[in-house]
Amino acid sequence: MLVHIPSPLRSYTKGASKVDADGASVDELLNHLDKQFPGIKFRMIDEQSRMRQHIKIFVNKETVETVKAPLKSADEVHIICALSGG
Amino acid sequence: MAKPQGNRVKLLIGTRKGAFTLTSDPVRSTWNLEGPLYLGHIVHHYMVDPRDANSQVMAMKAGHLGPTVFYSKDAGKTWKESSKPPQFPKAPEKSGTPDPDKSLSEMTESTKGDQTGKEGSADGAKDGSAVDLVFWLTPGHESQPGVWYAGTAPPGMFITTDGGDTWAPVDGFNKYCETSDGLHGEGATPGGQLTHSILIDPRDAKHMYVSISVGGTFETTDAGATWTPINKGIQADFLPDPDTPYGHDPHFVVMHPQNPDRLYQQNHCGIYRIDRPDAKWVRIGDNMPKEAGDIGFPIVVHPHDVDRAWVFPMDGTEVWPRTSPGGRPAVYETKDGGSSWHRHDKGLPAEHGYFTVKRQAMCADAAVPLGLYFGTTCGEVWGSLDEGASYNCLVRHLPEIYSITATLD
Repeated sequence: MLVHIPSPLRSYTKGASKVDADGASVDELLNHLDKQFPGIKFRMIDEQSRMRQHIKIFVNKETVETVKAPLKSADEVHIICALSGG
Repeated sequence: MAKPQGNRVKLLIGTRKGAFTLTSDPVRSTWNLEGPLYLGHIVHHYMVDPRDANSQVMAMKAGHLGPTVFYSKDAGKTWKESSKPPQFPKAPEKSGTPDPDKSLSEMTESTKGDQTGKEGSADGAKDGSAVDLVFWLTPGHESQPGVWYAGTAPPGMFITTDGGDTWAPVDGFNKYCETSDGLHGEGATPGGQLTHSILIDPRDAKHMYVSISVGGTFETTDAGATWTPINKGIQADFLPDPDTPYGHDPHFVVMHPQNPDRLYQQNHCGIYRIDRPDAKWVRIGDNMPKEAGDIGFPIVVHPHDVDRAWVFPMDGTEVWPRTSPGGRPAVYETKDGGSSWHRHDKGLPAEHGYFTVKRQAMCADAAVPLGLYFGTTCGEVWGSLDEGASYNCLVRHLPEIYSITATLD
């Protein structure tokens, strides 16, 4: 499925703003992303599987609160770095 | 004054917005700034390995992203991200079925996060600590190449044995923090509780001191398996119980490289010295001039003189402005182990200098005569080539400086 990558994480994707990844849940999707782009998951999700404070994940324009959220192959995922700070 | 020996000095500079290097010519008269490396990333600590100058490690974070570590094996020419950065162990997955091995009190404790919303949450998320930032890096003992230690917030300690690629928890320390009241806070005072000043006895790799801001200083003699507070004599005027065994606020602790039994400490409540096996710190900051006080973050020792040290006082009155006292920045030096202190401000702003120096942002090189350097909260690097007597601004307009490490190039 299509995954939109925010600019702070594009150092992992060699600059790509859109990548393909698969998974039946957000967690599986992030694991697949991490296989392709090592290190990217831990910058978004902490070691207790919680989303980091300034990361938001949208599935088909709906925000999800947990990495256990299910995914379908036709879904589109946006990873967002919340605008914050200065 | 002795002529400087022919050594180029390289300063590794970690800032709030990336890393830089500042390299001198062989007599340290001109300096060349290079960088930024990782512009926009927060570099809390940028260190070189004294056992192998090609090995460098950076503790990093970005505003939106989690913490990580980068390491170089070719003196900073190329960098790799740790494949396993410091992270606490995963807490067991919660289920709806009570664990028969858990006591009621343990179960109550483990669900506390759900009530506060700080830790754990619905739908499979887990309780347990998460590293918010990697704050401190210390190269390991001479006998253990490739070993480094990291200190984190919330308080935690981690070890790598491969020069920075994979990190594992120091379980003894982390469990000690988790099971001790008040040693596992998050988001406390500005910066929160942090593990810092990881000091390794050059005579014994198993003997270490580690400090936690708003936590105290702790000692291990078994490579981190067990820990003992060592805070007697340190004041903690912000606590209801001034005789508490821990909970003090060390800002920076340093071990003298030639006499590892001599420790100096710049604390929230003054400047201290201890000579082990004594168990009580002595407040040598009482001998500082009253107009400067003895509050600050860094303390630097002379590598060849156990009685010489330098501090950079800051205003710790009322609301803690954390600026140079009176807007007149100065370094204070002791040559007698803290019995007396002398002000050095030649070259520094005579007035309206409202910066300060953070805990990792002051250091000495190993050249002759000794060079002393500090980076400021307003992005200037100042250097002294006469052992701290006078100062020149080496570079300005950098981001807020978090750490400076000197190495001979």
